[in-house]
Amino acid sequence: MNKPLRRVAIFCGLLVLALLVRVNWVQFVQGDALKNDPHNRRVAIERYSTPRGNIIVDGKAITGSTTTDSGDFKYKRTYKNGKMWAPVTGYASQAFDANQLEKLNDGILSGTDDRLFFSRTVDMFTGGKQKGGNVVTTLDAKAQKAAYDGLGTQKGAVAAINPETGAILALASTPSYDPSTFAGMSNKDAEAYNALQKKSDPDEPMLNRALRQTYPPGSTFKVVTASAALENGLYHDVNAKTDSPLPYTLPDTSGLPLKNEGNIPCKDASLREALRWSCNTVFGKISADLGNKKMKAEAEKFGFNDPGINTPVRASESIYPTDNRPQNAMAGIGQASNRATPLQMAMVASAVANGGKLMKPYMVDQLVAPNLNVVQQHTPQEMSRPLSPENAQKVQSIMETVVKEGTGTSAQIPGVTVGGKTGTAQHGENNKDNPYAWFISYAKTDKGTPVAVAVVIEGSDTLRDDIAGGKLAAPIAKRVMQAVLEGEK
Amino acid sequence: MSSTTNTTTIGTIGAPSRRNTELAMLVFAVLIPVFAYVNVGLAKDGSVPAGVLGYSLGLGLLAGVAHLVVRKWAPYADPLMLPIATLLNGLGLIFIWRLDQEPSLGKAMAPNQLMWSTLGVAFFLAILIFLKDHRVLQRYTYISMVVALILLVAPVFFPGVNGAKIWITIPGLGSLQPGEFAKIIIAIFFAGYLMVKRDALALASRRFMGLYLPRGRDLGPILVIWALSLMILVFETDLGTSLLFFGLFVVMLYVATERTSWIVFGLLLSAGGAVAVATFESHVQTRVHNWLNPLELSNGGVTETAQAMYSFGSGGILGSGLGQGYSRLILGIAPKSDYILATVGEEVGLAGLMAILLLYGLLIERGIRTALAARDPFGKLLSIGLSGAFALQVFVVAGGVTGLIPLTGMTMPFLAQGGSSVIANWALVAILLRISDTARRPAPAPAPSTDAEMTQVVRP
Repeated sequence: MNKPLRRVAIFCGLLVLALLVRVNWVQFVQGDALKNDPHNRRVAIERYSTPRGNIIVDGKAITGSTTTDSGDFKYKRTYKNGKMWAPVTGYASQAFDANQLEKLNDGILSGTDDRLFFSRTVDMFTGGKQKGGNVVTTLDAKAQKAAYDGLGTQKGAVAAINPETGAILALASTPSYDPSTFAGMSNKDAEAYNALQKKSDPDEPMLNRALRQTYPPGSTFKVVTASAALENGLYHDVNAKTDSPLPYTLPDTSGLPLKNEGNIPCKDASLREALRWSCNTVFGKISADLGNKKMKAEAEKFGFNDPGINTPVRASESIYPTDNRPQNAMAGIGQASNRATPLQMAMVASAVANGGKLMKPYMVDQLVAPNLNVVQQHTPQEMSRPLSPENAQKVQSIMETVVKEGTGTSAQIPGVTVGGKTGTAQHGENNKDNPYAWFISYAKTDKGTPVAVAVVIEGSDTLRDDIAGGKLAAPIAKRVMQAVLEGEK
Repeated sequence: MSSTTNTTTIGTIGAPSRRNTELAMLVFAVLIPVFAYVNVGLAKDGSVPAGVLGYSLGLGLLAGVAHLVVRKWAPYADPLMLPIATLLNGLGLIFIWRLDQEPSLGKAMAPNQLMWSTLGVAFFLAILIFLKDHRVLQRYTYISMVVALILLVAPVFFPGVNGAKIWITIPGLGSLQPGEFAKIIIAIFFAGYLMVKRDALALASRRFMGLYLPRGRDLGPILVIWALSLMILVFETDLGTSLLFFGLFVVMLYVATERTSWIVFGLLLSAGGAVAVATFESHVQTRVHNWLNPLELSNGGVTETAQAMYSFGSGGILGSGLGQGYSRLILGIAPKSDYILATVGEEVGLAGLMAILLLYGLLIERGIRTALAARDPFGKLLSIGLSGAFALQVFVVAGGVTGLIPLTGMTMPFLAQGGSSVIANWALVAILLRISDTARRPAPAPAPSTDAEMTQVVRP
């Protein structure tokens, strides 16, 4: 009987061997993947086992941590003035994960990032608890407050950039939400979270409108069209008469007219006058004359059609469409399929203000280890040059006319050169929904150009004319610019 | 005592008793769980747990008494089995106690387990003391058949727990899992029956399509018993145990008849059985599904299977440390029984888990060695049956929990919480020890006989 016994012994050996191979597979080969699987609760337990690092604005933390006594998670995120800062911070919730800066810099904030290895090792030897590092933002608390208060109860967004560096100074979105309300994982947190979802709140408070919502940019896009005209040599002098008929018929259509808002002097108007009065006919024709390719190329230099604008929070892609002639003419005045995020329009204003050089927008200046060592420092980067310095001067000069004596007078700041452009974007089928009121601008002092800003307000009332942008959005832009300028002094 | 002349049987050439080896290893087998106990206490609340003295003394006493009894009543028994069983049982107690520290996992079970372990060791001692020769069991071939059947049928009359009807509840005493005992008793029946019938089964057979099919009257009874037990088990939805019995049956038949065709036959039957059961039993389908998609979410949440996989993965190579894992996330009562390996994997890591699997491997190997060494066919069959069953049980449980095969729900011998399991496995080890004692005992010195003289005179 010994021969089969030996074979059975081998068989049993193989069974044990199979088990050994299997546990090696699970624990060694797949180990890390299983360990870091997002559904593995240990990941979250680990994340909330120590106080999270903070997000810093102007040297002060806008976030915090508090201990909880319920369940697996020891620490819970808190936010100071959460509603105002939510578009910047995003949220970190025990039950609903995290997003935006909280998510992107999770490694630093929770202290697990490899770049914190040294600090962690020291903690291990000194017996200290693992701590999270901090994220230092570029935001300007005063500008943010001005933007958030300015929006008030209206639905809209503000993005402000320092044109010289690309540093984001304000990023407001209303209606907003307080990430503190669902930072934990109780039923109350779940209720708060669910109440903020689109299906229970059609106003979408959790939508970051400054970065993640695209709108038709309306007349503010005429700045891009004017830039395209100058860059492509269609016109050289912003004060010379253009070859623009009134009424103007959209090309390739059987007499479909492109209308102006009201009875304004647009026939053969110079670029300056056309921008001052916001002439659809003039800019529609420029767009048509340049053609879709050239218009698109210029818009792309300003950052359109780029799906990878990371601040590091990714901004939605703004679109300048590939389209036929009549649609392209409409796109040239910021209508048709033309879509832009508020950040994108702030980038347009900032490129013009910065002598035609577009800086890459960013909002994280430094990542700091718990021991205050700087782990990563952002250096401003040039993104593109949509305008030559001379043409930038020309566009600046006509944008300044808009504020001085055009549709944007409500953005004037005494003693400061302000350039701007209003916009009212038609919205909805047959233009029946409330229009979007836009304003983009920059402020210049003898010391430099510290701020460019874009404001959008989603149809807060029924104003349809181009003044809407000037009336609703420009005062907010003014407050933001003033806040930044005061900080400069 | 030495008998240097006998070279025909394994392990009898002046076999040293190895009792001192056993004693030395028992010291380790007691010390390791004691250290583990202290470790859990330090990790959980920074102090040496209060029960550590009692636990060390208790485990030491159990091991010591067992050792003395083995020394007295089975002096030539295998020296490894008792230390391995003690170590596994001791570690099992630590893991259960460690899981008792998690309030979400229900009431403490370690004290009961300690009681059952004590009973198990007592049972072990009783077997060693009263079962002087394992061949006595041969007399009870048919009685054990009846007992096994009764044990298997009994749970049908009691309410099921967690979907499986594998328990009988005795008022005031708690519940009992007769399948664990049936495992041993049916091995006794198979061994006794096959020993008598093996020649008939092996030789008086007809060749049919390359397979040797024995005559119905030889195979009949055993086939009937086997089929009955399988059916009962299917009705009790205890698939792990039916798989175990089936494997036991095939292995013993193969060893008894030395015919490879039985393996083929067994594989065909098991494949057919598996398909048949899988088509009828919905909960088998669920388990196969969970096995193929271990990380799938159900109802938006993570399944038990996934939780076990996460436990293993998070343990990594060295583990999180005793008491510092999160295997409590596997909810319910299973973490202390079926899923206890997940806690092992998470807290002592791949290294610890492999060590424990190797301990099982070693125990199985010692059992098979006993079968090889045994001089009587009954002893051979019984010990291969018991070791084979043990090996299959380890494979089915560990393979199920780690996702190698679909989960079938059985207890990890010695390690998992469960009174019947602990007692039955101690009994199993006791029987193996008894057989190995007989096998390794030096052959009695030959009677002085003129035939055995150094120089023989050829008589006319």
